[in-house]
Amino acid sequence: MSEAVATQPYNEEVVRQFTIATVFWGVIGFLVGVVIALQLAFPVLNLGLEWTTFGRLRPVHTSAVIFAFGGNALFATSLYVVQRTCRATLWGGPATASFLFWGYQAFIVLAASGYVLGVTQSKEYAEPEWYVDLWLTIVWVVYLFVFVGTIMRRKEPHIYVANWFYLAYIITIAMLHLVNNMALPVSFFGTKSYILWSGVQDALTQWWYGHNAVGFFLTAGFLGMMYYFVPKQAERPVYSYRLSIVHFWSLIFLYIWAGPHHLHYTALPDWAQTLGMTFSVMLWMPSWGGMINGIMTLSGAWDKLRTDPILRMLVASIAFYGMSTFEGPMMSIKPVNALSHYTDWTIGHVHSGALGWVAFISFGAVYYLVPKLWKRERLYSIRMVSYHFWISTIGIVLYITAMWVGGITQGLMWRAYDELGFLQYSFAETVEAMHPYYVIRALGGVLFLLGSFVMVYNLIRTARGDLRDEAPYVSPTAAQAAPAE
Amino acid sequence: MPTKIEKDAYTGIDTTGHEWDGITELNRPLPRWWLYVLYATIIWSFGYYVAYPSIPGITGHTPGVLGWTMREQIRDDLAAARADQAQFRSAIEERSLAEIRQDPDLLNFALAGGRAAFADNCAPCHGTAALGGKGYPSLADDDWLWGGTLESIHITLLHGIRYAQNEETRQNEMPRFGVDELLTSDQIDDVVEHVLSYTGRSEDAAAAARGAEIYTEQCASCHGEQGEGNMELGAPSLRDEVWLYGGERAEITESVAYSRAGVMPAWSHRLDASTIKMLTVYVHSLGGGQ
Repeated sequence: MSEAVATQPYNEEVVRQFTIATVFWGVIGFLVGVVIALQLAFPVLNLGLEWTTFGRLRPVHTSAVIFAFGGNALFATSLYVVQRTCRATLWGGPATASFLFWGYQAFIVLAASGYVLGVTQSKEYAEPEWYVDLWLTIVWVVYLFVFVGTIMRRKEPHIYVANWFYLAYIITIAMLHLVNNMALPVSFFGTKSYILWSGVQDALTQWWYGHNAVGFFLTAGFLGMMYYFVPKQAERPVYSYRLSIVHFWSLIFLYIWAGPHHLHYTALPDWAQTLGMTFSVMLWMPSWGGMINGIMTLSGAWDKLRTDPILRMLVASIAFYGMSTFEGPMMSIKPVNALSHYTDWTIGHVHSGALGWVAFISFGAVYYLVPKLWKRERLYSIRMVSYHFWISTIGIVLYITAMWVGGITQGLMWRAYDELGFLQYSFAETVEAMHPYYVIRALGGVLFLLGSFVMVYNLIRTARGDLRDEAPYVSPTAAQAAPAE
Repeated sequence: MPTKIEKDAYTGIDTTGHEWDGITELNRPLPRWWLYVLYATIIWSFGYYVAYPSIPGITGHTPGVLGWTMREQIRDDLAAARADQAQFRSAIEERSLAEIRQDPDLLNFALAGGRAAFADNCAPCHGTAALGGKGYPSLADDDWLWGGTLESIHITLLHGIRYAQNEETRQNEMPRFGVDELLTSDQIDDVVEHVLSYTGRSEDAAAAARGAEIYTEQCASCHGEQGEGNMELGAPSLRDEVWLYGGERAEITESVAYSRAGVMPAWSHRLDASTIKMLTVYVHSLGGGQ
């Protein structure tokens, strides 16, 4: 059996499929994001139709970017990385892998079509109803078997750190998904169900889920991605093995307790709020361990940032990761949270993580993978990667600065009292004050979307085997040695 | 069981001896500053546990040496806010509306409080500048449906208009002349022609004359012999340029045929007495108070 495995080539077909799905859903998710950003700035764009209102399109956006774009990126890279770093083909064979791909796409389509039609259990990032949850559970358990099965048949004595992170993400998401979605369907053929939890227990379960979707889906999973693609692209050894162990276990241990910081100053008991806040603060260094290991892996390869825009994208993503994982603990501190909670500052925080960290590291991984998966010499155009990088980076900066300024303005307006002790601003006035920031935010989103179009074009031409006639990037030292013209 | 530990040429640090798909790792110790900041956050957290409610047990949790609770803080904050306003609030509750208007300090307080309450409770319908819109009357002009004196405004605010949950609510009901077949559609056209004649817009004198007779029979008891309206009954004047539901021929026809019956909540169900008095003074001050 094991000898047969050794002779099997890696399953790259399923990685190709997941990579295409990553890019496809990414563009859809960014596009819907731009639409709902514009709806907030210009409410007439709700079109007066129930299916196109902000309330229904917002979960389409969040699920499309988190679970469709991010999820497919995690599937693509985890299944690629686990094979390479274990020197083993996927457990379960091509049929199981194919089931994973089509099963997961079916989950996405079922979930999104439900949102538009108004089928939702109204739990943020867990909106799909019971029948979609059950289907995802089946797909996810098969994913776990495929991943663990592949690790068990590895040809390497040790398990590479990227696989620790991927495994932590797969196991924890299974647990979160099952507990948070405990529900009783009203009827066998109906879509409606009621969640088993109620009141503050439901709120806490929901944010235990919601925060760890950030922690284990968007952080641990993508750290797994980072631990493979950064050293590969930089062609340098990982900065510190010991740091990778300590920050892995401390991150996994601490993250799971941080959820209550979403419920500061609510009916949640004081002691739970305290624990949520302190575990979030203690999480700062474990998160930064990943940033240090990612960025410092470039020691001895810093010059490549000038000539390799893919590496630049990966490093920028780690910088955004570092920024968000400082901002997060800071916002969890109660007096800061008293100002920031319920404002658009939170939206800005999420997007510096989502656009800067999750999307950029995924773009870097996709740029690395596509020439390899389609057996091409290199990407169609390296320069277009640089264009993508700059267009999208400007978009992100516009987005998050608009949300910082707007969110803090909003928070200050909400709490402003006049000298006689009356509220200075009505809620409607604070909404009006946000208009310019909403317009700037939408502009940032448009730039980010345009950047992704550049990527799509570049990837399609790469897959077709074209090479753009362009001057290669050369490092300044090399250019001085041989001056051009 | 490391197999091939090598020294990295650039950093001079050993690798761990493992390799995965060409990736190696340096066996570098933890950065000191990283470890110390991690320890510092842990120590800070334990300090916080000592000071504040934290560790849960079977029957409760550690209360923290500061004795702080969120509920006590909000209770104290609200009490302090009430205490700051107590003097003015009680004066407003005790004095009459006219007295409030005559006392500069009280008036200043009432206008500030009325503005804040208006912005959060009334602006959604009447607009932030109280200019109203179709179906929602302007409060900034001198045309009033139920009266623009301090007392009338106060009663409207306390009891609302056609607000079923309040027994003293302001109530009237214009008949649905078309739907209930009280008038034929020709008769409705005629009476609309007559109403248009009040503002000099009639185009058919014969129809207007026929309409005048119907008006006297059906409409005059509330809207007045000459369409001047009646604030006692909440019947709007038909002689001015102010039309709650639009003054075009089609809009007036729709009003006659289907009737109109907007609802305003009784704010005494939701706001305290001093706030309603402040709102009264504020609305009265917007330009049209009588």
